[in-house]
Formats: sequence, C-alpha cells, structure tokens
Amino acid sequence: MNVLINDKPYTLAPGARLADALLLIEARPPYATAVNRQFVPRSSHATHELHAGDRIEVIRPVTGG
Amino acid sequence: MTHPSSAAAPATPSSSADALVLYGQSFQSRLLLGTARYPSPDVLEAAVRRARPAMLTASLRRQTASPGGAAGADNGFWELLRRLDVPVLPNTAGCHSVQEAVATAQMARELFDTPWIKLELIGDDYTLQPDTLNLVDAASQLIRDGFHVLPYCTEDLVLCQRLVDIGCQAVMPWAAPIGTGRGPVNPYALQVLRERLSVPLLVDAGLGLPSHACQVMEWGYDGVLLNTAVALAQDPVAMAGAFADAVQAGRAARHAGAMAAQDSAQPSTPVLGTPFWHHAQSQ
Repeated sequence: MNVLINDKPYTLAPGARLADALLLIEARPPYATAVNRQFVPRSSHATHELHAGDRIEVIRPVTGG
Repeated sequence: MTHPSSAAAPATPSSSADALVLYGQSFQSRLLLGTARYPSPDVLEAAVRRARPAMLTASLRRQTASPGGAAGADNGFWELLRRLDVPVLPNTAGCHSVQEAVATAQMARELFDTPWIKLELIGDDYTLQPDTLNLVDAASQLIRDGFHVLPYCTEDLVLCQRLVDIGCQAVMPWAAPIGTGRGPVNPYALQVLRERLSVPLLVDAGLGLPSHACQVMEWGYDGVLLNTAVALAQDPVAMAGAFADAVQAGRAARHAGAMAAQDSAQPSTPVLGTPFWHHAQSQ
C-alpha cells in the first residue's frame, strides 16, 4: 500500500504498523509522529495500523521563535 | 495604570520575591528568548548565557532524509538545549488550523517532555497575524488536555479576556508583526489591556530595541518574548545582554512609580536666589 511520509511517497506491506514506516525512513530519535493530523504517541508506534493513503508526519526539534 | 500583580509586589525587581509566576511556576527572569536565525549555534549559546532567559522557545519540523538515507541527521540543537538546561517553550509556529495546532502541541509535549506550549495559530501569512476567531477554541482544547498554554495573540481586549476565561493563566499579545522590530504599534491598546487584565501579560513579537522592551515593562507588562531583535543584531550576544538589562530596568521603573507628566516646564533648580535676578529689567 502507498502512504506519504513527510509528503514523500513510500510503499509498505498491507497491515504495516507505524513502527514499520519509521524503520523504513530510518528515523532517528528524537522525533514525534502524527498520522492524518492526529498525534500518535510513542507508546502506540508498534501497534498503530496504517492504511493506504495515510499521511504520516515525523518531526524533530528545531530552532524557533 | 496598575494591576494587582505589579501593584501589590513591594519587592525589588531582582529579588526572588518578584519572580515571574506562570501556571504556578516561578522564573527569575522576565525575558523569554527565541532560538532561531542566529549566525551560528555558538552565538546562540553565548547569547543565552548572557541573557539568562526564563525560557527558550523551540519548534518542530519534519525530519528530512539525509543523502545517506537516514532521516533526522542531528544538527546539534537538541544537545545544545540539554546543555543550556533552560526550560523549553515549544511553539506551534506555522499551524493554520485548530487540528494542526493541537496535534503539533501534543507532539511537542512528547518530544520535549513539557506541558508548556506557545500557541501560534496563524490567520494571515503576510502579517503572521494570529487567527483570532479560532485561537480560543485551540487554547481551550489544549487547556483541557493539561497544557500550560501561552497564547500568541493580538492586543484585542475581548480576545485576551476570552482566553483568560477559558483557562489561560497568561496571554502574550504582539507588539507588532513577527520579525518586524517596529516596537509597540498600538500603545493605547496595550496599556488598556494591562489596565483591564490582572493575569500575567507578556509582549511577544515585534520588539526591535531594548527601549521597546523597557517601555512595555514600564507599562506593567510582566515579561517579553523576543527572538529576531537579538538574533539579527550585529552583535547578538551584546544585544541579548542589553535586552536583559532593559527588561530589568523597565520592571524597576514600574515598581519605582513614574512622575506624572506635566504640560508646562517647571524648573528643577530653585529659583530663589538666582544670580542677576531682575538685572535685565532694571537696565
């Protein structure tokens, strides 16, 4: 199935979990995630099931005002 | 103009009894400092150590894949924050909807392990003016979710009152649009706001000079949050110190109580015994 991770297209196996997406992009801590504009806590990464067309955000800390 | 939080505090500005209190937490500084747009991380670190701010703002952006494939190659900012050991105030900069702001705040809470959030909900990209029609809804959701919300807002009295009504224990009106450095463009409204609201008020955005910070502190504001005025100064470290001093000076002046302005000149030197008095008229 096709998903978007930080607006870039990726392909995952059906039934993939959010943790699989993070593994695919080799995400390195510190980061936090949202799927379809809903926050997904760290404790749910391994169990949150993804679906075709999901939009995944993986964010990191940056400078800001 | 007075308000309870400043009028009832007899302590000297530098004493711990005059600490800035937000959501029950005390801060010895009344300056909150942004971390963006500095010439280098080293300059940022030196500026923070000079200013000794109460909090440092930070933000969230997407991890991007590096040429080697791994996402999120660290730029050292995370380690810098840990080394500085100053409380972090994450923001929701760039959010244009309530849903985006809430999700960003929740991600920030997990990432920075803090309940603090500077709520930015942008309504106009040209001026970066807050979305005043949806800000209260976003703040309300976050308050119910346990956040310590510091909302970036306009100086509109009714908006700020509504934010207080739904549980914001402090509000942060702008002085001018973000990054303009114009200083308070609506002094009357900012002073009326100070007169009408008793919660801590921090001016956030639009300050360009230490005198701007000093001015709003003299009006009774409880603190200032700024970034660009320091980061884009020719010497950011020196400017960080200048702003810290200005904030203290304004706070001290507020406590000292300014004289009432007069319409006509009044000599400060005694007139009695002035040499040559009436000589000109007798010649």
